[in-house]
Amino acid sequence: MSLWPLLGIAVVVAGFIARFNPLLVVVAAALVTGIAAALSTGVDGLHAVTGTIETFGKAFNDNRYITLTWMILPVIGLLERAGLQEKARDLIARVKGATTGRLLLLYLVVRQGTAAVGLTSLGGHPQMVRPLIAPMAEGAAEARHGDLSEKTREKIKAQSAATDNIGLFFGEDIFIAIASILLIKGFLETNGIIVEPFHLSVWAIPTAILALIIHGVRLWRLDAVIAREAPAPGSAPAAPTPEAEA
Amino acid sequence: MIGLDILYLIGGAFFAAMALLSGADRENPKRLGNGLFWGLLSVSFLLGSYLGDLINGLIVIALALLAGLGGMGHGRPATTTPEQRREGSARYGAKLFIPALVIPLVTLSGTFLFKGTVLFEPLTVNGHPIVDPKQATLVSLVLGILVGLTLAMIMIRPRPVVPLQEGRRLLDAVGWAALLPQTLAALGAVFAAAGVGQIIGQLAGSGISGGGPLVAVIAYTVGMAVFTVIMGNAFAAFPVMTAGIGLPLIVGKYGGDPAIMAAIGMLSGFCGTLMTPMAANFNLVPAVLLELKDRYGVIKAQIPTALLLLTGNTVLMYVFVY
Repeated sequence: MSLWPLLGIAVVVAGFIARFNPLLVVVAAALVTGIAAALSTGVDGLHAVTGTIETFGKAFNDNRYITLTWMILPVIGLLERAGLQEKARDLIARVKGATTGRLLLLYLVVRQGTAAVGLTSLGGHPQMVRPLIAPMAEGAAEARHGDLSEKTREKIKAQSAATDNIGLFFGEDIFIAIASILLIKGFLETNGIIVEPFHLSVWAIPTAILALIIHGVRLWRLDAVIAREAPAPGSAPAAPTPEAEA
Repeated sequence: MIGLDILYLIGGAFFAAMALLSGADRENPKRLGNGLFWGLLSVSFLLGSYLGDLINGLIVIALALLAGLGGMGHGRPATTTPEQRREGSARYGAKLFIPALVIPLVTLSGTFLFKGTVLFEPLTVNGHPIVDPKQATLVSLVLGILVGLTLAMIMIRPRPVVPLQEGRRLLDAVGWAALLPQTLAALGAVFAAAGVGQIIGQLAGSGISGGGPLVAVIAYTVGMAVFTVIMGNAFAAFPVMTAGIGLPLIVGKYGGDPAIMAAIGMLSGFCGTLMTPMAANFNLVPAVLLELKDRYGVIKAQIPTALLLLTGNTVLMYVFVY
């Protein structure tokens, strides 16, 4: 067994740690992996290079659908231009008792619950988190504490994105027709083990509950963190803060 | 039948528009770089199926070099001021949410309609499905975007170029990272072709074969997470770790239940997804979209949950699998 193909992993790790441009790191890792694997099986240099570029080019081409999702940006941009984020902030500021932690906890429950019945497209970063969830989470904190520090803002936004991911990941496997369940079933079947998708999805439930508890507690405590980082206690809620040029 | 071909034409037209508007943007000193980047991507969308694998590969390399060597700037098309946005928010009110929410709703109902459910068959005309059932979600998403855009245009009534310029404002904020998820998927294919997974599976399996049932469970759950961190995708880690550790040791040697092992094993992989920049879609792209200063901000927010949950998964598996 040749260990040369693992060289690409070293490129990835070193590249990400050194904070080189990730796109360049990924392309370099692909070329290194493919060329090292080909050379270690005795392919000559030129064909190792062209063969690798071809494999990579084909896979890139086959995966173009992933990049299609950016076509959502004109709608989101247009709505933001007309004040969507401001409206989202404004709306949450009027809800009595709304806090960042409670809002995100509610979003976690909804995201996990809808993903669990297969509705995974009711969420996502360009369509929900950027235009609605993150501004609401910030707005709820602003309504209580006035202007927020940069550090607090970053924390709230990062936690908004994290909540979307965690809700999705640990909800979707409860749905029996999701890709990962089908992959598990297919893989076990090729190894001579027949399992029912239902049996697999039932065993996703304990982890789903754990995820809800663990992340839920962290979100619950987020309000205290925000309060601790807020400028001066009892300072009057500020007027709506001007948003940085996006 | 509407399938990927038509979506790629629409996508190619979109990125061509981004390229032209970028190239004409006098505010951006690197406008040619931006124009070239989105232009090459547009070529890939429009002609990728005809160019051949080698040319497609060279396009990716060119895109990465352009991005990695600082060839791209940040286009900043004119947009509204914060004051104008507050006015807009007061004028349009909660109606602003409608086009945004229509997108997931159309995606969802379209997916049901075009893919079919237990209750009804996919939508057909003369016995032929209107939409390729395999691409039902993607087609529905693009349809949702078009419906949302139409509603927003009717409500806001901007000049036609405005949504494209606003789209470019956001796309340029994302920049080269927009291409990272697709490129990572291609890296996964190269890893698979080179047999990276099998090598790691064999190394992991041979390393712990004498350790007992608890060691096997820990090696499997932690191995799933670590290998997912490396690959950026639990789906790539699952066959490797399950063939290397799960089936021979947990099921074969110690008689564990394969369904419980596999279900919790996959979710241990998802804990890895939360901790890796290689899962760009979930971790790096939102950091850019939310304009975080720290590229790894989302990952840092997720690490405590991921580690606690991985521990929990390991305990769950050890308690229930045997």
